[in-house]
Amino acid sequence: MIPFTYARPTNAEDALRQGAAAGARYLGGGTNLVDLMRQTIEQPGLLIDVTGLPGAIEETPDGGLLIGAAARNTAVAEHRAVRARYPMLARAIVAGASGQIRNMATVGGNLLQRTRCLYFYDHAGSRCNKRVPGQGCDAIEGFNRSHAILGTSPACVATHPSDMCVALAALDAVVHIRSSGGGRTVPLTDLHRLPGDHPEIETVLEPGELVTGIALPALPLAARSAYRKVRDRASYAFALVSVAAALEVEGGTVRDVRLALGGVATKPWRAWRAEEALRSRPATAENFRAAAEAEFAEARPLRDNGFKAALAVRTTTAVLEELAGG
Amino acid sequence: MTADAGAARPARVAIAPGPDGWAGGEPDPLIRRRGGPLGAPVSRVDGGLKVRGAARFAAEVPLASMVYAALAFSTVARGRIVRLDTAAAEGAPGVVLVMTYRNAPRMTAVPALLSPAPNGAMGDELPIMQDDRIHWNGQPIAVVLGETQEQAGHAASLIEASYEAEPAVTSFEEAKRRGGEQAAYAGQPLSLQAGDAEAALSAAAVKVDAVYRTPFQNHNAIEPEAVTLAWDGDDLTVHDSTRMVSRVAWSLAQAFGLKEEQVHVSSPYVGGAFGSKTLWQHTVLAAAAARLAGRPVRMALSREGVYRVVGGRARTEQRVAIGAQADGRFDALIHTGAMAKIRRNYVPEPFISPAMCLYAAGSLKLDVRAVYLDMLANTFMRAPGESVGSFALESAIDELAERIGMDPVELRLRNEPAADPGSGKPFSSRHLAEAYRAGAERFGWASRDPRPGGRRDGEWLTGIGCATATYPHLRFPGGAARLTLSKDGQARVEVAAHEMGMGTATAQAQVTAERLGLPLEQVSVAYGESSFPGVFVAGASQQTAQIGAAVVAAHRALVAELLRLCGGDSPLAGLGVDQVGARGGGLCSLADPRRWLSYASILDGGDRDEISAEASAPPPAEAEHWSMHSFGADFCEVRVSAVTGETRVSRFLGSFDCGRVINAKTAASQLRGGIIMGLGLALMEETLIDERSGRIVNPSLAEYHVPAHADVPEIDVMWTDIPDPHAPMGAHGIGEIGITGVAAAVANAIYNATGTRVRDLPITPDKLL
Repeated sequence: MIPFTYARPTNAEDALRQGAAAGARYLGGGTNLVDLMRQTIEQPGLLIDVTGLPGAIEETPDGGLLIGAAARNTAVAEHRAVRARYPMLARAIVAGASGQIRNMATVGGNLLQRTRCLYFYDHAGSRCNKRVPGQGCDAIEGFNRSHAILGTSPACVATHPSDMCVALAALDAVVHIRSSGGGRTVPLTDLHRLPGDHPEIETVLEPGELVTGIALPALPLAARSAYRKVRDRASYAFALVSVAAALEVEGGTVRDVRLALGGVATKPWRAWRAEEALRSRPATAENFRAAAEAEFAEARPLRDNGFKAALAVRTTTAVLEELAGG
Repeated sequence: MTADAGAARPARVAIAPGPDGWAGGEPDPLIRRRGGPLGAPVSRVDGGLKVRGAARFAAEVPLASMVYAALAFSTVARGRIVRLDTAAAEGAPGVVLVMTYRNAPRMTAVPALLSPAPNGAMGDELPIMQDDRIHWNGQPIAVVLGETQEQAGHAASLIEASYEAEPAVTSFEEAKRRGGEQAAYAGQPLSLQAGDAEAALSAAAVKVDAVYRTPFQNHNAIEPEAVTLAWDGDDLTVHDSTRMVSRVAWSLAQAFGLKEEQVHVSSPYVGGAFGSKTLWQHTVLAAAAARLAGRPVRMALSREGVYRVVGGRARTEQRVAIGAQADGRFDALIHTGAMAKIRRNYVPEPFISPAMCLYAAGSLKLDVRAVYLDMLANTFMRAPGESVGSFALESAIDELAERIGMDPVELRLRNEPAADPGSGKPFSSRHLAEAYRAGAERFGWASRDPRPGGRRDGEWLTGIGCATATYPHLRFPGGAARLTLSKDGQARVEVAAHEMGMGTATAQAQVTAERLGLPLEQVSVAYGESSFPGVFVAGASQQTAQIGAAVVAAHRALVAELLRLCGGDSPLAGLGVDQVGARGGGLCSLADPRRWLSYASILDGGDRDEISAEASAPPPAEAEHWSMHSFGADFCEVRVSAVTGETRVSRFLGSFDCGRVINAKTAASQLRGGIIMGLGLALMEETLIDERSGRIVNPSLAEYHVPAHADVPEIDVMWTDIPDPHAPMGAHGIGEIGITGVAAAVANAIYNATGTRVRDLPITPDKLL
């Protein structure tokens, strides 16, 4: 670990002032950033611990929820309103990491967690454009079973590892951001960037900007939603494929749907194309499968991850069938 | 001298001392002992210490003025270091020493495991930081000592190296193309031919012939390797995490040109080993750096460090072919293939071991080739050979059973051999059929539907499978023990043996209490010090037998000493060691149990407060007379998602024939632990070595999967409890039998569930789509 200084402001203004410094990073629960610092992959000179900032989960006037960025993942997953109105979010959170990690990890930190690409982690012995811009990518022709097939670029094929973000992407969540100049909001689906030529730039956040909360709009159909994660062991593993879905069926026809995918893309992947293919169509397994397949029309499989499209299609179909069925 | 009345003592029958050798067919009298401490589910004696965190492990021993070590590792597989810039590290805060090949003390090569040297313990025989040569990707190139662990780690990250890379073989396929050599175990070629198996296969009525693959795996004991050590002049004290204290002491003496008694190795607690925790570079480097710095050193490997420095299980590619008659009898059994190793170690992956002992076959062709890569040396990992060999063999048996249309249990039992198929020796104890029948009944095997893919519970396909477990019973030479008895009735065993979590001290206290006729609470077992008697190895599931035979020898010597103390007027006067027995805290005549004298009285009579005897176990000649193995029948039920290919093991039963069980509680834990590790082997464990660089790219518990709690169902274990009449206590070691057969039982159950036969481990969801 490289030596660093540590600050723990108690309000956003102080955090933003300190966050303007070069080499500053905001720290949530530290469940990812501290690991990366131990490996010297992240080398912030100043850590600004923002866990003292608001982490409450509050009702909003429009019938949604506003989750403070410092809320612990466990608190969100256990929250009564989250479980009742956005069950996919609670399930996505508990599908990730371990109880101990979820107790520490914050919502803001979860948004900004970094990829689990093996070569990103191997700072001493492997090349990674995300870690060292322009260095090259050892994953594209290496072990890439866990890597992305959607949203990739010749520079990077790393997946975004979060489960929570997949549910947030499906739920039309909006990220509240503050900077010294004021505040703005960004849809979760626009927070993460595709890697393109600059995989090292992972979000649209400007230097010093601070995530202060996540708003969940009222979304009645989300009361009937699911998160299913497919992984190499039953617990404590990142997704090979995950599916967050909410479905509203009326008279055998899909009235509305929300669908997002994890494990297959370089960012939490809202399946816009599949949703479009589903709306106002009969809620049949064939249509579910065709819609999911449409989402993968432009998938770019690599040496080891060719199974992911088929797995995602099957899993998506099964999740939608289940939501349509019972 | 007082002759107590024997009748006033507890009514247990006197127990004679164990035999003075194990080749004569004279069984250990303990075999007949039932209802006492032996076999009881005694809780481990160190359980409280471990729960309270009071058991001090190697990385927890505090030494005055100690410094902390961190390692820097090479990033090429083969070549030379051409630049090694340590200036920034040397100038970093808190740095005490940066050691590289340029300033490391000259050290003599340390003999490797299974090398012709008697006490080899090193993972390989490569030079340790003695020159600029790189032999594997991840080799330590520098040791940094710092005042804190963080300072040492920070400085190590500042070391910059460049290499002149040389062509390296880092691809298994390339290694195979180059041919390799006949693999050998301790000098014996791993090859056996009987008859013309290929011709018999061609002519067979029914045959299977397939290739099975198992991946590289790494050790992930909960305690990463660690050592805390200090020099005092030319004396070296080492608090190590090892399962070979005496061999480590001897090896370090070789490295630094010392006498063996100048090196003291202490390893009272080891947080799991499974084949690791022998001697790897970090220990030698810690000692070298401590000598150079003149400060005590703690070297606790990071998890990544374990992957870079400590070897794991070798990759294998195995062909199994069986030719059978229509009634299931084997005409030909072929098990051949390749395992990956380095040139400069001696550890093969002898995957033909199960085929050498499990089945009668008209002809045999068994062979292991070693193919060579430029990588970290492979090493032992729980049931080396049997764990992966049984996957291939027992999968093939399942495939054959389906082809013949016979129940796989029946097919196995039909081919039970009368004697060892390889050596022709009689089995010392083989009750596999009983284990199968008992296990099948408890598991409900009779309800099995042999049609693959026929049963469904929602999206989950269900199936069951079975496989045979086997592991040899071994007893290494070198066992010795000191047994001390004091007037207050306390007995103490001292052995240079090891406790890695399996309950050594507990089990051996139970045994010794029975031998001496003392209550369990009055017996303690001291271990884990190289200064104690014997050269023990907690490996090959043999330590229980090795200690057991040593304690018998020491006990015989102690009884002889006690009888010498008895005067002419003693009730025991004139009796020899084999004429007396232990009973009720004393000795009595076996012929006339009323002639009894308490140990206290004997010591009193001899005017002694305590008496001590040390003796060595006789050489393991029993292995020349008998084929000695444990066996087991594994039964597994799985659920496989028809949607995602995810496998969930829903039930597992291991029914074992592993001799007399000494402690029903720790034995059950050992067997369950082995089965859990087998589930990892079957479904998830795999070291990813990038073949472009020879580099391990998943050196972390996040990316290298071992079973989590949610992967482990309730595991039922049972045993025949039939003693092996030729083994000390009638017992077999059980550290490894549990993992064997498991991967095949899982694979066979998956086939039964899905109709998909997976011959490549691990069986991940993508292989079942």
